[in-house]
Amino acid sequence: MVWTGLTALLSHWRRRPVQLAMLLLGLSLATALWSGVQAINGEARASYDRAAAILGQDRLAQLVREDGARMDQQEFVRLRRAGWLVSPVIEGEMRFGDVRLRVLGIDPLTLPPQAQQVDIAAGDQLLPFITAPGVLYAAPETAARLTEQATPPVRVAEGLPPGTVLTDIGQAQVLLRAKDKISRLLLWPDQPIGRAPLEVTAPGLTLREPSETGDLARLTDSFHLNLTAFGFLAFAVGLFIVHSAIGLAFEQRRQVFRTLRALGLPARVLVLLLIAELLTFALLAGLVGVALGYVVASALLPDVAATLRGLYGADVPGTLSIRPAVWAAGLAIAVIGTLVAAAQSLWRLWHLPLLAAAQPRAWARASERALRAQGVAAMVLLLTAAGIAHFGSGLEAGFALLAALLLGAALALPLVLTGILHLGGRLARGPLAEWFWADTRQQLPGLSLALMALLLALAANVGVSTMVSSFRLTFTGWLDQRLASELYVTARTEAEATAIRDWLAQRSEAVLPIWSIEGRVAGQPAAIYGVADHATYRDNWPILSAVPEVWDRIATGDGALINEQLARRQELGLGDQITLPGGWRASIVGVYADYGNPIGQVIIGIDTLVQHYPDVSRLRYAIRIAPGKAESLAAGLRTEFGLPAQNVIDQAGIKAFSLKVFERTFNVTAVLNVLTLGVAGLAMFASVMTLSGMRLPQLAPVWAMGLTRRHLAWLELSRGLLLAALTMLAAVPVGIALAFVLLAVVNVEAFGWRLPMHLFPGDWARLAALALLAAGLAAAVPAWRLARLSPSDLLKVFAHER
Amino acid sequence: MLLRLHQIDKFYPTGEGPLHVLNGIDLSLEAGKSLALTGESGSGKSTLLHLVAGLDSPDAGEIHLGGTNIVGLNDTALAALRRGTIGLVFQQFNLIPSLDVAANLAFQARLAGRPDPAWLKVLAKRLGLSQVLTRYPEQLSAGQQQRVAIGRTLAARPRLVLADEPTGNLDEATGDAVLDLMLSLVAETGAALLMVTHSNRLANRLNARVHLHAGRLV
Ligand SMILES: Nc1ncnc2c1ncn2[C@@H]1O[C@H](COP(=O)(O)OP(=O)(O)OP(=O)(O)O)[C@@H](O)[C@H]1O
Ligand SMILES: [Mg+2]
Repeated sequence: MVWTGLTALLSHWRRRPVQLAMLLLGLSLATALWSGVQAINGEARASYDRAAAILGQDRLAQLVREDGARMDQQEFVRLRRAGWLVSPVIEGEMRFGDVRLRVLGIDPLTLPPQAQQVDIAAGDQLLPFITAPGVLYAAPETAARLTEQATPPVRVAEGLPPGTVLTDIGQAQVLLRAKDKISRLLLWPDQPIGRAPLEVTAPGLTLREPSETGDLARLTDSFHLNLTAFGFLAFAVGLFIVHSAIGLAFEQRRQVFRTLRALGLPARVLVLLLIAELLTFALLAGLVGVALGYVVASALLPDVAATLRGLYGADVPGTLSIRPAVWAAGLAIAVIGTLVAAAQSLWRLWHLPLLAAAQPRAWARASERALRAQGVAAMVLLLTAAGIAHFGSGLEAGFALLAALLLGAALALPLVLTGILHLGGRLARGPLAEWFWADTRQQLPGLSLALMALLLALAANVGVSTMVSSFRLTFTGWLDQRLASELYVTARTEAEATAIRDWLAQRSEAVLPIWSIEGRVAGQPAAIYGVADHATYRDNWPILSAVPEVWDRIATGDGALINEQLARRQELGLGDQITLPGGWRASIVGVYADYGNPIGQVIIGIDTLVQHYPDVSRLRYAIRIAPGKAESLAAGLRTEFGLPAQNVIDQAGIKAFSLKVFERTFNVTAVLNVLTLGVAGLAMFASVMTLSGMRLPQLAPVWAMGLTRRHLAWLELSRGLLLAALTMLAAVPVGIALAFVLLAVVNVEAFGWRLPMHLFPGDWARLAALALLAAGLAAAVPAWRLARLSPSDLLKVFAHER
Repeated sequence: MLLRLHQIDKFYPTGEGPLHVLNGIDLSLEAGKSLALTGESGSGKSTLLHLVAGLDSPDAGEIHLGGTNIVGLNDTALAALRRGTIGLVFQQFNLIPSLDVAANLAFQARLAGRPDPAWLKVLAKRLGLSQVLTRYPEQLSAGQQQRVAIGRTLAARPRLVLADEPTGNLDEATGDAVLDLMLSLVAETGAALLMVTHSNRLANRLNARVHLHAGRLV
């Protein structure tokens, strides 16, 4: 009996392969977008963890200088003598040819076991490691990039973060040109009792506790949350397709269900059989979806990696590893999604009356009641959104606001459309026009899910493109202000720097130092820059708010400018005092825009910087010169001092680079956006196909009364276009609201800066054209079939056998 | 002569080869007269009616309606014919579900470009529909639905009314009442009526009757 039932149920799909394909396609696409995003996030998180765990930083305390600069090796010797169990580490960035790497130098003899990343002592590898030219350990990917470069011998070691090489401290000091310098000291977990206190032995050093999660993981959290939100949106839109396909399959098998029930198959068994069928599909589509997700992820990962490097300085490998967790999560979400999408159909089946024929209009009237309930829910959600916007704070609130706004708008859509269609019917003249509006209104319940999906996709598109375009506009303007100098030069040594300065004195209008130290300000990693008192800054710096005569206050040394992200994260404002590395205090005299910078930044007068941090490295300079002469001066600098090309950069070069980073950032969102829109188009198609099967009884009387099939088909097509156009109209305000939330709430929480919003109606027109095209294509297939339908098929409507 | 059929043949393709449903049918009907078409189930009554209505086309033969041969006319011309000259009443699914009774009643007359509110009012009253004008089709009983269908057809004042078992879905008493109304209203408008029915009793109430058997009229 069960077996017979199953074969009867499954035979449906053999006769309708397109429908089966639709169901599987929708489910795989939804799963693909979701698990693609998850795969990207997983890859990035794994690499943050690797970075955070390097040399046991997540478990070992360290000693560092308060100002963040390197200490002398003498400190290490002194502490060891005083009984401290410490191990020196030097860290720095350098180039091998055109490969830029982080070099970590360690002392294998004193390294705590917790920090042993690579088994250096294995075999006879220790001696080559500590004697010149040393050995570089690198992750396979990094090692591969180094094959072309002249370096010490490279060995492959799994587990190192990408872009990092590990070597002996002596070799690292040579490579980094930092003789007898140490970046920090690792503390063994168990220290001998009775050792001299730190203040006595090494007064300049402070203890830093192990950080549970790296700064990177914290900084990038918001970025990944953004991606996740997008993945989820795409998934939800994909479920609309699955819902339509399942609904159609159930509707068409109603007769089979009824027969099986009448033959004595219990409702429970029937439902279980159908669930088993759906689960099989879900697992199949889930497998395909996760595989597709990997394709999406590996296509996007290079851009994501570039973004993370540009925005946060985080190194994420450009290739994807296969993670079992992603597979499991992908399959789970496919199954859950299928069950959610099928819930309504299964519920109806459970309550299927054994007799009673299908009644489309009665069904439509039942959903009129649902429409009212939906309207109430929409109102509640939109009010909630307004409430969160007014009272909420934090990134979670931002996302809750987005969710409430989008869901509320989607639920309100059928109500709004019903209203507009009523109005259209009221204004219509002539029997056909009146019928057109009334009939469109009647189609609404069956189409509303697909239209809601379309609304979400369109609103997301309008919102994100508004955000991106606003960003681009603001960012380009900001770059012009921020990069006011024509050339930027980096000397290799202090002596060379002095020579360059002298050489430039006669040849340029001004040479402005760009000297900085790194340290922690208000508990956050930050850079402190010194600036000269010069018109370049007075005229151009992108100040957001400042006290009067701000540059005079900076020049005299009693004020500091901070960037917007530091101000927002630490709730600092004009007049507040901050403590800078080394313990001195300055008062905030201004806040400036600093887009794209993950860490805090403080600007003080150049003299003040040198006075507090005499060891600051004095290698970088900005050069002012008539723009026409910049190129020849750059060439002169390179030949005169033999500087490598990348040490002399012109303004245009940096701008191009910065813009590229941002383009790549938004590339990811743009791709997800287009995919979501595509999925919404498919949802629309699936729904229209579903409905077209039930349309004939509604169309046949009109045909019999004297309309051609062609005419009816045109009307069907126009109906699809009309609904898409109305949905697009509704999507614009929703999208603008979305953009506002993204710019004014989510970005502020995620990145620490706020952007002004600019509107680009041209983009909307393009999107509207795209939406109409998608809807037109979706409606064209059933319309075309209607135009070609044989009269006898239409006549069957009136025959008694129905 | 309003309607004249000449040597009509109609085949349906089936799994076991073409099915010869109508085989050389000749038939004529004068304006203002009514004709009943009977025959057992599957004999081709509906098929014949559909051909006359221009809803389907014959494989051979001529159908002259008001002097023109409608066989071979294109879709647009046939649609215009259905709008302007013919009124159709089927056994079920006659009404447009998204329009209320008033709109359904007026629909065909407006489509034909002959709206006549006064006549509509008379029809609604005679058909006993005045109280249900704002309801939707699925809120009506089967008898009421058929009365709306008849009213809608007659509102357009067609020259030929084609009815396919218009009371087949109704119980006998209701069916008789509906049929009485239809016959008297058709007579008042001066239209010709071709009605398919199973029932000898109903067939006998029309001016004439023909019987379809094995593809031929007897
Ligand atoms: N589209 C079609 N394709 C194939 N065969 C058809 C088609 N429509 C009708 N038939 C067949 O043609 C024959 C005549 O059908 P028709 O509907 O005209 O009969 P009918 O006399 O109206 O029967 P009933 O009294 O049951 O309504 C039947 O055998 C039917 O099965
Ligand atoms: Mg019939």
